[in-house]
Amino acid sequence: MLRRSQYIALVLVVLFVLALFSQSERTVARVKLAVSGLFLPLFGLAHSAQNLADRGVGALTPRSELQSQLESLQRENDSLRIQASRWQETLQENTRFREAFRLPKQLPWRLQLARVTGRDPANWWRNVRIDLGTRDGLTNHLPVITTQGYLVGRLSEVGYMHSQVALLGDPDCRVSVLVETTRDHGVITPSDGGPIDNTLVDLKFLSASSVLQPGQWVRTSGHSGMYPKGILVGQIADSRSIDFGLHLEARVKLAARLNELEEVMVVWP
Amino acid sequence: MNPLNVTLILGTVFVSVFLQCTLTGFRNLTGVQPDLLPGLVAYATLTSGLGMGTVTALCGGLWVDSLSHNPLGISIGPLFAAALVMERYRGMILRDQTYAQFLIGAAVSAGVPAATLLLLLNTSNTPLVGWSSLWHWSVMTLIGGLLTPLWFWLFGWLGRQLSYETLPDAGSQSNRQIKRGRG
Repeated sequence: MLRRSQYIALVLVVLFVLALFSQSERTVARVKLAVSGLFLPLFGLAHSAQNLADRGVGALTPRSELQSQLESLQRENDSLRIQASRWQETLQENTRFREAFRLPKQLPWRLQLARVTGRDPANWWRNVRIDLGTRDGLTNHLPVITTQGYLVGRLSEVGYMHSQVALLGDPDCRVSVLVETTRDHGVITPSDGGPIDNTLVDLKFLSASSVLQPGQWVRTSGHSGMYPKGILVGQIADSRSIDFGLHLEARVKLAARLNELEEVMVVWP
Repeated sequence: MNPLNVTLILGTVFVSVFLQCTLTGFRNLTGVQPDLLPGLVAYATLTSGLGMGTVTALCGGLWVDSLSHNPLGISIGPLFAAALVMERYRGMILRDQTYAQFLIGAAVSAGVPAATLLLLLNTSNTPLVGWSSLWHWSVMTLIGGLLTPLWFWLFGWLGRQLSYETLPDAGSQSNRQIKRGRG
């Protein structure tokens, strides 16, 4: 039997939790935002410490190494300039064709760089926290990519200064994709293998006639309306027939290295 | 409840939640993020009673849920339940013994995430659960067990450093001589 004081504590905690659960989604989101705001000074401190460490490393890097890095970056920049000028020509040609066939115009993406400030403390979610929020014009469900252009996930909760990104493989992040060479459509879902290996996800709802080979690239299809068409997701790792041969299922090795995210880009399609 | 103890415990809970969110080295190595809160609730309840255990469970649960995709408040219930069970059997727990601290920490670290997952599965949420969750659970249990004696040692040491040393009572020495009469 519990003592009187223990009963009082039990009743108080149960009432508090029930009061939280009975609030509207909007109120809970506001309370969550207010409580997580308590950690802002610590996040700021961690950011300053990281900057200081980076500056220290920068100051210790020898001049010769910096010089060689600069030269290699200049070479890369020159080759990218040449590619960009060629693609500019192709883009203009594409725009002319679109106008000729009366297809809708493709608008260029607007990108905004964000820093990853933390990960979800619970093991059953695949989320990261970034340092952009409604203050920077973010809204829910915007796609997030790596600085190399690989899909990372989408915004799942947007606060004033911070936002949560549901990564690929999280139950809240399902993406409509197509296989680049065969044009087969499917949906990226969390891996059935569980939450340990976050480099693999499942590609489901493929037609039984799909011919998949390991190494084929998978890109967003643009069908959901949430993700623009053509963002690289990953490569087919293997495939198997399910439901007595009615469907095909594949595993996709993600192109983005989700464990090593430091900076990401939020995309306005 | 000693104000210094309350401040130390709540401060540690706050920093622990932040570190759970930002330190990813162990997670990258093993695929598991250890949960530091169950061990802290065990320490708070066993040394300061249910009041402190409840405050730790409330604050810790709210803070960890605010930085997570969890529904706000879902972690409070399991943490408080652990505190309540420990308080119920507090008299029978050898809380000064390291092996008892390890076992209690391991039991609480195993029970709290399992109960939280169970609650989540009974709501509209679909957390990532699979056979590999057993690996998560085992590592969290082991790390929680190992950390609990460390919490006892750390808070004991901090308490000794930050509070006045108790002087022995000069009036109650066993070898004191009482002289009566004119001698």
